[in-house]
Amino acid sequence: MNRKLLLGDEAIAQAGIDSGMSGMYAYPGTPSTEIMEYVQSSASAAELNIHREWSANEKTAMEAALGMSYTGKRAMVAMKHVGLNVAADAFINSALTGVNGGLVVVSADDPSMHSSQNEQDSRFYAKFAFVPCFEPTNQQEAYDMVFDAFELSEKYNTPVLLRITTRLAHSRSAVELKRDRVPLKPLLLPADPLQFVLLPSLARKKYRALLESYETLRYDARIAKYNVFRDGKKRELGIIACGIAYNYLIENTGEGELDFPVLHIAAYPFPGDIVKDIVSRCRELLVLEEGYPVIEELMRGYLDSGKRIMGKLDGTIRRDGEMTPAVVAKALGMPVAEGIDVPAGVRLRPPSFCRGCGHIDMFNALIEAIRPFGPGRVFSDIGCYTLGALPPYNAINSCVDMGASVTMAVGAADAGLFPSVAVIGDSTFTHSGMTGLLDAVNKKSPVTIIISDNSATGMTGGQKSQATGHLEKIVAGIGVDPQHIRLMVPLRKNHEENVRIMKEEFEYRGVSVVIASRECIQTASQRKKSGTSD
Amino acid sequence: MKNDIILSGVGGQGILSIAAAIGLAAVENKLHLKQSEVHGMSQRGGDVQSHFRLSDKPVASDLIPLGKADLIISVEPMEALRYLPWLSLNGWLVTNSSPYINIPDYPPVEDLLSEIRKIKNHIIIDAETIAREAGSARAGNIVVLGAASPFISVPFNSLENSVKKLFMRKGEEIVGINIRALRAGRTFTESN
Repeated sequence: MNRKLLLGDEAIAQAGIDSGMSGMYAYPGTPSTEIMEYVQSSASAAELNIHREWSANEKTAMEAALGMSYTGKRAMVAMKHVGLNVAADAFINSALTGVNGGLVVVSADDPSMHSSQNEQDSRFYAKFAFVPCFEPTNQQEAYDMVFDAFELSEKYNTPVLLRITTRLAHSRSAVELKRDRVPLKPLLLPADPLQFVLLPSLARKKYRALLESYETLRYDARIAKYNVFRDGKKRELGIIACGIAYNYLIENTGEGELDFPVLHIAAYPFPGDIVKDIVSRCRELLVLEEGYPVIEELMRGYLDSGKRIMGKLDGTIRRDGEMTPAVVAKALGMPVAEGIDVPAGVRLRPPSFCRGCGHIDMFNALIEAIRPFGPGRVFSDIGCYTLGALPPYNAINSCVDMGASVTMAVGAADAGLFPSVAVIGDSTFTHSGMTGLLDAVNKKSPVTIIISDNSATGMTGGQKSQATGHLEKIVAGIGVDPQHIRLMVPLRKNHEENVRIMKEEFEYRGVSVVIASRECIQTASQRKKSGTSD
Repeated sequence: MKNDIILSGVGGQGILSIAAAIGLAAVENKLHLKQSEVHGMSQRGGDVQSHFRLSDKPVASDLIPLGKADLIISVEPMEALRYLPWLSLNGWLVTNSSPYINIPDYPPVEDLLSEIRKIKNHIIIDAETIAREAGSARAGNIVVLGAASPFISVPFNSLENSVKKLFMRKGEEIVGINIRALRAGRTFTESN
C-alpha cells in the first residue's frame, strides 16, 4: 500500500490528482497555499496535464473552476477563508447553476489568526449557499473526503465545500493512498444549454430545486458515514465534537476509555435526528467546534429552553482562537498539566522584513517624503509590506482587505485629504487594486498609489505574481497619465532621488502611480541557488 | 512508546529540516507521527515552532498538550525558553547557545543561558562552532539534531539515513558535512 507523509493541504492536493480532477485553481493565501504548490510540483499532475496555474484572485479562480466544471471535467479551487469572501459571488451562484463535472471548493480557515485579518468560519458560507460541506478530522480523512466530495458534487449537481483549519492544513501525517485513480473526465457539455444561465425566471426554478436537493442530500451515505455516533454508558454528559476538535477530545480521554455518548460531526448538512438522539440520551451537552459556534447556535436556537448546553456561547470555551488539548481539557473539567513558566526575560519576536528587502528602502523614502505633509495619510494593504505598520517604520495607517489601500485612499481624497497615498504590492494590485485605480482615474482623484513591486507573491513564499512583466502597461492601460507613472529602484543609493520623485507626485493633484521595483530577496536567492535565469 | 518533541527557532533557521529528518526516520521505523508546522507570516524572521509527535500508536491531536513534551529542540536560546510551558518536568531541553538577534530589546545572552541551566535536564551546545568544524556553519541545525538524538525514539542510523536523503540532491560534499555535523552533535551530548 502506498503511504505518504503529507500535510493536510498536500493530502487534499494528492486526492484531487487521484480523483480525476482536470484543473486546480487558486490564489496563494496562508494556510491554503501548499495545495496548489503540491499539484505544481507533482510529477503525476504533469503527466496527466492537469491545469495548475495560479489565478489573479480567488474570484477568477472560482469562476475558472466553474468554467471547467461546465465542460464536464472535474475541477478543484482552493483559497484561504477570506479569499472565499472575494470568491463569494461566484461561489454562492454556483450553487444555483449547479455543476456539470464535479467541483470541490477548498477553504482554509485560520482561527487564532496566525497569518490573517479575521477568524471567519467557512461553514457559514456552506449553509448560506446551500452547499454541502466536509470538515476533515485528520490528513487521511482529508484525502478520502475529496473522493466523496467529487461524487456527491456530480450526483447532486452541486459544488461541495471542503473546510479545513490551520492546524490540519499545516500538520503532516502518513496518508494511505488507497484509492484507485479516477480517470480524467472527457469533455462533455451540459445537456441543458440554459443550465448556467441565471436569468431571474430560470434562477427562481433553480433556487427551488436547490432547496429541495439540499434537504435530500443530507441523507446521502457520503454525508452519513462521516457523522459517527458512539454511545457510552454514562448519561450525565453527551459530547458533540466537530472536525479536528474530536482529536483534542480523544487526546484527553483516550480512544477506548471514553464512557460518554459522543457524536463526531464531519459532514454538513446532516439530519437533525442524530443531534436529537444524543440530546435525548444525556442530561447535559458539551459542543466542541473549531471556529464559530455553528452547531451550538443551531442546538440552542432562540428558545434555548432545553438542557444545559456547554460550549462557546455560555463561556465554557473561549469564543476566539483555535482549539487546543488544554481548551478541551478545561471544558471537560480535567486537570491541565503545568509546564514551566516562560522566564520574564523572553521577548516577543514578531515577523520582520528580511535583511536587504526592497520594501525597507521604499518605506525609508516614503517616510521622508511624506513627513512635511503630516501623519495619518498612508493606506496600505495585505502583504509583507504590512510590516511597515510596526516600529521603526510606523509608516502605514490601514490594512483591511486585498486592494483596499487604493480605494480607501480614493475615498479619503474624496473627503478632502491631500495628499492621500496608497501602498500596495504588485500581486495585491493585480488581485484587487486595478479596479480601484480605474475609479481614481475616472474621477481624477488626487491620490498617489505606490506599487511596491517585488515581482512575487512574497508573504506566502514567492509564488508567481500576475503583475510581473506588465505592471507599467496595466497602469497606463487603465488610463494613468504616463507623465505620472514614475519608476524607481528601491535601493539605498537611490534614496535622495526616490524621495524627490515621491514628493513631486504627492504634490500633484491628480492620479499618480509610483512603481518601486526590486525583486524579493527570497525569490532572488532561491533563483540563484537553483541556477535558473527566469 | 510516545515521544513528543517541540522544535523551535526563528523563521529561516532550518527547524523544518530537523523535522523532516525525524519524519523520514519515523516512517523508516513504521511509527505513527503528526507534525504541526508554521507557515506564512511568522516565517519572516518571527518565532517559529513545530510540534512533533511520535508514537507506536495512532496520534490524536496535532498539538502537544501543555506540560507533556518529552523534548525541546531549539536552534536559538531565547526560543528554547518560549516553549517551557509545554515541557514535562522530566523532559529534556537541547539548545544551540548562539543567539539570533533581530529585535532591539534582545536580552543579554548570559541571562538566557542561566535560565536554561535552571532546567533539570538540559544540553547547551555551540552549534555554529561545531558546524564550522564539520565544514559549514549552515549545518548548525543538524548539529543540534545530533545533540538531541539520544532523546529521540528512533535509531541513530535512521537519522543518518534521513540526513543523507534530505541533502542528496545537493551533492556528496554537503551530505558529508551534514553527517559529520550530526555525529559531532551526538558525540557532544554523549560526552557531557
